[in-house]
Parts: sequence; C-alpha cells; structure tokens
Amino acid sequence: MDNNVLHIENITMQFGGVVAVDNLTMDVNKGEIVALIGPNGAGKTTAFNAITGVYEPTNGAIYFNGNKVIENFPKGKMRKLYSGENNGLYKSSIVKTPDKLTKLGMARTFQNIRLFKSMTVFENVLTAKHIRRTSNLFTATFRFNFKEEARMRKETLELLKLVGLEDVKDELATSLPYGKQRKLEIARALATNPTLLLLDEPAAGMNPQETEELAEFISDIRKKFDITILLIEHHMNLVMDISDRIYVIEFGKLIANGLPSEIQSNQKVIDAYLGVVEEDE
Amino acid sequence: MKFWDKNKRLICNLCFILLLFAVLVIIQYTAPSTSMWFSVIRKVCTFSLAAVAMNLLNGFTGLFSLGQAGFMLLGAYAYSIFTISSDMRTTVFRNYGDSVVTFCLPMVLALIIAGLVAAFFAFLIGLPVLRLKSDYLAIATLGFAEIVRGIVQLTQFGPVTNGPDPINNFTSPKNILVYAAIAGICISIIILLINSTYGRALKAIRDDEIAAEAMGINLAKHKQISFVISSFFCGIAGAMFAMCNSAVSAVSFTSAMTYQILLVVVIGGIGSISGSIIAAFIYYASSEWWLKFLDLETVTKTGTKIPLLGPGFRMVVFSVLIMIVVLFFRKGIMGTKEISVYDGIIKIKNLLCGKKEGAK
Ligand SMILES: Nc1ncnc2c1ncn2[C@@H]1O[C@H](COP(=O)(O)OP(=O)(O)OP(=O)(O)O)[C@@H](O)[C@H]1O
Ligand SMILES: [Mg+2]
Repeated sequence: MDNNVLHIENITMQFGGVVAVDNLTMDVNKGEIVALIGPNGAGKTTAFNAITGVYEPTNGAIYFNGNKVIENFPKGKMRKLYSGENNGLYKSSIVKTPDKLTKLGMARTFQNIRLFKSMTVFENVLTAKHIRRTSNLFTATFRFNFKEEARMRKETLELLKLVGLEDVKDELATSLPYGKQRKLEIARALATNPTLLLLDEPAAGMNPQETEELAEFISDIRKKFDITILLIEHHMNLVMDISDRIYVIEFGKLIANGLPSEIQSNQKVIDAYLGVVEEDE
Repeated sequence: MKFWDKNKRLICNLCFILLLFAVLVIIQYTAPSTSMWFSVIRKVCTFSLAAVAMNLLNGFTGLFSLGQAGFMLLGAYAYSIFTISSDMRTTVFRNYGDSVVTFCLPMVLALIIAGLVAAFFAFLIGLPVLRLKSDYLAIATLGFAEIVRGIVQLTQFGPVTNGPDPINNFTSPKNILVYAAIAGICISIIILLINSTYGRALKAIRDDEIAAEAMGINLAKHKQISFVISSFFCGIAGAMFAMCNSAVSAVSFTSAMTYQILLVVVIGGIGSISGSIIAAFIYYASSEWWLKFLDLETVTKTGTKIPLLGPGFRMVVFSVLIMIVVLFFRKGIMGTKEISVYDGIIKIKNLLCGKKEGAK
C-alpha cells in the first residue's frame, strides 16, 4: 500500500522464556491515529521498544514508509529457546539503533517520562533539534552555524507557543506539573520533525479534564504537523474519542483490531478488560 | 540598550577575565622572582585545564573516565620530544645514540601535536572502551593509563621516549602569562563547545541516555567526540605540566595525578567550569604554598617546639580540609552553576542598599 507508514510483521519479542510480544502484525496508515491497547503487562511498551529500536525483536520484520528497517530471527541461545511462531520465515538480521530510526522520522515519548532533567523546558526542545543540524563539530563550536542556531531557537520558541508551554520556557523541565511534562515530552518529540509519532500512555496520571484537553491536543497536532500517530493508552474515553482504528493485545497476542465501535462491542476485548473499562470511566 | 540586556552577563564576565589577566601581568612584572605566585599560577593553569577537560567528560557527558594521567603523559612526552633543543638532543638521549625526532618545533605547534597524540590514542581506545558501563569504563581507562606509563619506560622505545630516563632541555617558558594564555584559549574552546548544539547533545546523554538516543543523538559518536576532545586538552595540559617542571619522566604520571584532578573537579562542582578553575586555584595554592609551613618544624622564641608541625603534617591538614569542604558543599563549591559577575554585582548592590528586595 502506498500510504502505509508503519508495517509490523510477525514481531515476536522473547526475553529468556517469556514471550512479551507474540507474533504481532499491525499496520498504520498515513494520517491515522491508531491506538494499541491491552491490560497491564500485555506487552504494549515492549512492542514500542521493538519498533523504535530499543530492543531487537526476536523474530519478524518492520517496515517504515515502505522500507524494511528492522528484521531479525532467533539466533544464538534463542535458537533453542524460541517458542514463538514463524520460525525460519526471516533469514536476515537488520538492526537499527533508536537514533537512526528517529532520523528516518520516528519519534516517541515514554511511559515513565524521560525529560532531560538538568535542562529548562526550552533547552529540552532545543536539544531535540540537534538531529536536523547541518553544522559539524567545528562550525558549531566556533559558531559559524549562527544562522542555523538562530533558526533552531526560533523554531523551538514557535513549537513551545504552539503547545502552550511558552510561559514556562525558562523553568526547569522537571519542576513542571505532570500534565505539562507529558506535553513537553510530546513537544520534544515533535522537534525532531517526525512523520510518525509514538505516544506511550500520554494521559497517564492526568485528571479527566486534562485528559479531555489532551485528546483535543493530539488531534490538533496531527493536523498541524501532518503526522501519523500510534498511541498506547488506558483511558478508554480518550482512545475511543480520537482513534481511527484500535489494536488490542493480551499476553502479547493480538486479540482484536478494528474501528472503535467494533472494539467496544467485541466480546474478547470485554473479557480481557473485565471491569477495567468501567473503572476508567 | 537591547544589546546590553542580551549580553550583559557575557560582557561582565569578559571584563572580569581581562581584569584577572591584568593582575597576572602585574604579578609577572612586579613580584620578586622568588615569589611563590609563579610556581603556583603555573600549576593552577595546568591543572585548571586538566580539570576542565575532565569535567567535559565526567561532568557534561556523564562518562566516568580515569585515564587523565595517561593522556597527560602522552601529551607531555609528545611536547618534550618535539621541542628538545637541537644541540642538547644527543646529550639527553645519550643512552640511545640519538632521538628519532631530529628537529625542534616551535612551542605552539608542539602543543597542538601533544593534544593530537593524546586525542589519537583516545580515538583508538574509545571505540571499544566507551561501550562499557560507567564502573568498567573507569577501570578500563585507569588500566590504559598504567599500561602507557609502563610502555614508555621500556628501553625498546628508548630512541623515542628515552626509556626510563627523564627528558629535559626542551622549550619550557617560565612566564606565567604563557600558561594563562594557553589555559585560557583551551578552556574558552571547551566552553564554546559546551554551549553549542553538540554540547547540548552531550548534556542530554548525561541526563538520560535512552531519551537522548530516542531524540536522534548517536550515542557512540557523541561519546567518542567528548572522549577524544577531553583527551586532546588533557594532552595539552600534560605538555604544560612538562613545561612547569622543565623535565618529563613517566613516574610522575601516576594514578594519584588523576585522583588529584578528580578531586579538583569534585570540589569545584561536577558540571561547572568556573568551579573547576576556582577549585584548582584553592587546591594548588593551599597544598603547595599556604599550608607549606605545616611541614616545617618550628621552634618558638621561648624555645618550645610547636607540636605536630613536621614533614607530612601538611597533607594531614589538607585532607581534613578537603573532607570538610566535601561535607559542607555536597555538590562542590559551584554545583552545576557558573560564576556570573553581573549577578554577583547586583547581589552585592542589593545587599548594600538593603531595602531593594523588601521594597519590591
Ligand atoms: N527487558 C525485559 N526483560 C524481561 N521481561 C520484560 C522486559 N521488558 C518487559 N518484560 C516483560 O514483558 C511483559 C510486558 O511488559 P510491557 O511493559 O510491555 O507491558 P505493557 O503492556 O506496557 O504494560 P503497562 O500497561 O503496565 O505499561 C511484562 O510481563 C514484563 O515483565
Ligand atoms: Mg507500558
């Protein structure tokens, strides 16, 4: 498909004997907001880590904007240990570190917020601009790149205005309230000019009102930055509100996927979540 | 007016540095030649640079390396070998016939070579070593320094390093302004680097490696950059150390030297350039000068000997002082802050005028 942004194919992630992600296949198309949901410990964050290069998947392949960026098969000790499916389907091993994938246009946030804690809000976002530099070590040190530096600062300021963090730009990032820290993490990810944004529980720790604002914010940035979004979330209101499609996993396995309305009435999903959906509302 | 508002801190700091330099000029040309100022300032300049270079790596990139003495040794040897005066060369290398380097380079060129030699070795060992986690990195670099110290003393390398014998009779200026200029230029370059986009990337790695990598910062490359540049300036500091002593001998570059530099960095504040410089001054002025009297057995006029005073007592007092400093300033004198003369002046002004803060 031409408008496919992310294609995850038979990804299995096994730690020792634990299969955290089991033969997961997913597609994310251009301009979509896709949600990945599932009970605690289902393997959502692990799937994110495999997509963004933090972990090498044990088996499977990942395509980004039509190019194969990751492929792996069980090697070494895993050859005997491997208990997933599709063993032998993949024969080559392509691994990329997270920074390479970010350069290609993936950007992410973290479930347990990871801001640069010694830096201000402004510096956090400015640092993320480093990836799109044209200067080298010499020109940057001796400030021959002053034009680029000025542009980076200008863009950072614009971005902060856009996400509504301009008034706190000189505050230490970690001194912000939770909700703003999450927003800042999104702003920092956006500063790398991504085509695909991966959000790991962006509403975690937010109250209902903040969550509602966040839903609007996410739909907003999709339009403004013309990006595609894949998000993990436990707040069902937010997920049902803004997602175009939803994937549900349990114990690492895909148990359902489809439109929000379909997922809401899917018996398997209701069983997996038993009570959790209620609790969230 | 807008220009002033934007740059007032920088301007004030530059004025302050000029003032400091003027003080050094006055000392150089008016102080009696026996003054302790000379040897202390030479040492302070040398170890300020070494400490700032170490801070770049340990404080700003979060890489705990202990190879400083090794890189300083490389710089010291490279510098001295390339600046030995031609007529003394065969005398210095008498055990090995002659040095393989048969020319004498100007000081500045030799300093740059000293840095490059250290940087080159850092580049070679950086590739495997920087993959290690912090404790292992410290041990590996410490090991590297010890190995280098052993190797240069081998007689097989005699024609290059003069084996276990010291090298002397090389260009070693005694003018403190020369030292201040070298240290000043090098530290300025490090400050420029730290405040550039690359510097921000290094700080990001220090703060959170995983987030830094997710923001597209190539960890291996940036750690290598920091390591090589830090070593480059360690090499230059080593050359300055050689100039201070007018002689180079491998035995002075022990791990104790690395610990001294580490101590200066910790006292000044891990992640503060001005802290490192202030700490270097306090450290070397006290240990080499202000506390020297503690090592002398002193007899008062009435004929009683003051107890405790005697050889070695200085180090006891000094160590106690350091412990006190570390206890009271958990994060060093400066923490991660930098000195700002402008803010200082404003503070003093407010203090003198008293009311200002309350009247607001
Ligand atoms: N590095 C690892 N080594 C071993 N096991 C791991 C590792 N990372 C994750 N796991 C296991 O994989 C499973 C899935 O964890 P993961 O963090 O992906 O869940 P999650 O769906 O994100 O849950 P939550 O909603 O609580 O964030 C868990 O059982 C976890 O213990
Ligand atoms: Mg998770």
